[in-house]
Amino acid sequence: MQLTLWTYEGPPHVGAMRVAASMTGVHYVLHAPQGDTYADLLFTMIERSGARPPVTYTTFQARDLGGDTAGLVIQAVRDAAERYRPDALLVGESCTAELIQDQPGSLAAGLGLQMPVVPLDLPSYSKKEHWGAAETFYQLVRAVCGPLAPAPGTPRPTRPADRRPRAAVLGPTTLGFRARDDVRELRALLADAGVDAHVVAPLGASVADLRRIAECDLVVCYAAEVAGTACEWVRRTFGLPVVKTVPIGVGATRDFLREVAEAAGAAPPVPAPDASRLPWYSRSVDSTYLTGKRVFVFGDGTHAVAAARVAVEELGFALVGLGTYSREMGREVRAAGQKYGVEAFVSDDYLDVEARIAAAAPELVLGTQMERHTAKRLGVPCAVISSPIHVQDVPARHSPQVGWEGANVLFDSWVHPLMMGLEEHLLHMFRDDFEFHDGAAPSHLGAKAAPAAAPRAPERVTTAEHEALLDAIAAEPTGVAVDEPDAEPARAVPAGAPRWQADAEAELRKIPFFVRGKARRNTERYAAERGVAAITLDTLYEAKAHYAR
Amino acid sequence: MSTAVRPAAYQACSDASPAARGALPVLRERGQREVFCGLTGIVWLHRKMQDAFFLVVGSRTCAHLLQSAAGVMIFAEPRFATAVLQDRDLAGMADANEELDRVVAQLLARRPDIRTLFLVGSCPSEVIKLDLARAAQRLDAAHMPRVRVLSYSGSGIETTFTQGEDACLAALVPECPAEPAGAAPSLLVVGAVADVVEDQFVRLFDAMGAGPVRFLPPRRARALPAVGPGTRVLLAQPFVNDTLRALERRGAEHVPAVFPFGAEGTRRWLQAAADALGVPDDRFEAAVAAPLARARRAVAAHRPTLAGRRVFFFPDSQLELPLARFLHEELGAELVEVGTPYLERATSAHELALLPPGVTLSEGQDVERQLDRCRAARPDLVVCGLGLANPLEAEGVATKWSIELVFSPVHGFDQAGDLAGLFTRPLDRRQRLAV
Repeated sequence: MQLTLWTYEGPPHVGAMRVAASMTGVHYVLHAPQGDTYADLLFTMIERSGARPPVTYTTFQARDLGGDTAGLVIQAVRDAAERYRPDALLVGESCTAELIQDQPGSLAAGLGLQMPVVPLDLPSYSKKEHWGAAETFYQLVRAVCGPLAPAPGTPRPTRPADRRPRAAVLGPTTLGFRARDDVRELRALLADAGVDAHVVAPLGASVADLRRIAECDLVVCYAAEVAGTACEWVRRTFGLPVVKTVPIGVGATRDFLREVAEAAGAAPPVPAPDASRLPWYSRSVDSTYLTGKRVFVFGDGTHAVAAARVAVEELGFALVGLGTYSREMGREVRAAGQKYGVEAFVSDDYLDVEARIAAAAPELVLGTQMERHTAKRLGVPCAVISSPIHVQDVPARHSPQVGWEGANVLFDSWVHPLMMGLEEHLLHMFRDDFEFHDGAAPSHLGAKAAPAAAPRAPERVTTAEHEALLDAIAAEPTGVAVDEPDAEPARAVPAGAPRWQADAEAELRKIPFFVRGKARRNTERYAAERGVAAITLDTLYEAKAHYAR
Repeated sequence: MSTAVRPAAYQACSDASPAARGALPVLRERGQREVFCGLTGIVWLHRKMQDAFFLVVGSRTCAHLLQSAAGVMIFAEPRFATAVLQDRDLAGMADANEELDRVVAQLLARRPDIRTLFLVGSCPSEVIKLDLARAAQRLDAAHMPRVRVLSYSGSGIETTFTQGEDACLAALVPECPAEPAGAAPSLLVVGAVADVVEDQFVRLFDAMGAGPVRFLPPRRARALPAVGPGTRVLLAQPFVNDTLRALERRGAEHVPAVFPFGAEGTRRWLQAAADALGVPDDRFEAAVAAPLARARRAVAAHRPTLAGRRVFFFPDSQLELPLARFLHEELGAELVEVGTPYLERATSAHELALLPPGVTLSEGQDVERQLDRCRAARPDLVVCGLGLANPLEAEGVATKWSIELVFSPVHGFDQAGDLAGLFTRPLDRRQRLAV
């Protein structure tokens, strides 16, 4: 058993739903009890889908368990096949149905239906959402394209000189981070490279579209989490080269275009120098204050790796943390961490991630919806870069992450949560200004932050709350009481620990709260190591100088 | 579609209770249900009882459901979690009870503020027959008096949406202290309502001189109300039937009534309590006159928008019957179909009696067929869950998503206007929009 509060990924059958809901003409019969239909609202609410996901649930109940649950499967498959007449039928089970072992896939396969039936075997007690999506997409591609495979060892026919190269873009799905907008940018990038986006799947694809993968010259793997398995199978089966760089950021977009050209056997396109505004925006003097900003990156593997690169190489931030919840992408993320000088981690425990964020004391968090909540609690600015997403991560406007326009979006959305340069200077210079309390939000973000409202002395309360929170979280991953901190939390001071003199304590408050917890701990450690009983103003600055080396 | 396998049986209601005399036909459906499971109740119960923690023993799906249903609402660390069963638990490589003890110890160390811990059963824990009642006894013995450990099932194979609250409250009943012998009659209001509503009810009962009045669930799970033969039970929610039976077993007496939705519903509900507690008529009238008049005025403002509009209810929260009665009686709406996850006649008799003849009642669900009926009927407003609302809107049908009716203060006089507003807002919005 694993104690879980929030999860980064749903169960594997939700991954299968994402593939089915991305496509047209695919229906999914899911052997599942009442309640599992909750997953429908991920699509209808988060993505505001105007159609129910194409899923039929068998809805078995306790009283069915002694009886004929297999009969329910057969009936549900027959009904769905007749009502929806899909081009392909996926049949699988959720966690509870897995336990009763009705083998819905085999039952459906034995019904002699008109359409291809793809049985899904997604182990709910060991695998998760992305794995489920990847397995489902792979099984579907294999079922559809398998019969078109050339005999092993057959050399790949050369592309006629008068035909443009064709790419299969695999990986975008519903509930993927900005997948809808990224597809448009990917098409544009490929067009610039003289390559046709012959197939885009699963998002918007039909079963007939999948068949056209066999007509392609190369594969673009947009999301390894979802399409890695299928891309690898296509590479092996049809001998197609796979472009693995995801063009998030200016550098990655350049690499992507080079790889595409190489795979297509064409000359790489020469992008216009102003294809993206990011390079100039980053070099303009207004951005100087971004230099060395401490940034913590967490997300799925693809987005975490991409964000680390953009943060370091294209915005001049300092990477202070890098992690992913995608165990399957651990190697890639660790490699990125090594490249940028941090030890990357893999964790699907959001409290662990929260503790690591607090300990790293970043000035900006780039994470998932979960880290948005964490950052809000810690009072640190945050931009969302990866699924899991919520409704606000599906904006009405075109807001891609990939390509030249995607780079523009990254610049805007990562810089926006930060305080503007001169404002930040003023705040550091005049900490005693009554409006510069810790809860004050950047002025261009309105009154959004300010966790402590007017009637109480804002300075003291927010200070105490943030500090207690940071200290509590940084201290131990366990024993955290993040929920509803008391107004006046008592800091437990171990016997014999150095005591803070009042003026030093007051000076500590002048340090921005996001690094204050760290400053406090460093100073206390410095004092303890030197046997200093009382921390004075000088001790504080001695410690600062010591740790600044 | 084969009708032979899933017959849509129209059956005359055979219940002989006076209120069911209308013998409304009931369409019983069996098929895909677009309804949450009982785990969902945790989303509001964990906020209602501030010293309680809910540990679901289940799968990643359970954790994902809670997270998705809770959605944007939770910014603080929730007072619920899931002990996710893994391969090694199922394969018998790990002893489930030892694992549970370990997880509970880990949790209690993390959250020293927990005073009551509910082990909540799920579909997988039920299917593998993990005996959480015994586990709770064992853990209770280990952790009392600091933490009381109880159990109930919120599994989808046994409970729908709001039934989870019923199961939770029923688990609390045996823990309630006994009322001292010969205690004067007291009133117990059962079913979670918003704190502000609870306070309003307390003031009303005070004004009538009725009482003492207690609530189940209480705001602190370790401050349970006393129960005994003097206890008169007034249901604030239509889904707490098992809890009622558990209270009756302890000698408490049910005060049958409609549910306190709308001006008239609240008046009847309070009247039933006043009668049971022997409140004189003039005292009752004096206490309710002003808020009743206010509520009527507030509801009347919404009547022109809903009068004559045809409303279709999909089954969801079990509030469908009382809400349909409110829409019909106080707002003049026409009821096309009123779907409910299950029909509990004993406690809904008063509601059934107030529904107009000719309304189609449906129990259970086959969502595809119900959508077919809904599309054919072309109602003006559909009350349904979040999985159906946007798809129906995309078809041009106005909807009221029903989970808001569970998550907003809608009971009582001073919320009657707000409740009406939840139904008129979708229609009002369509009037305003020119895009």
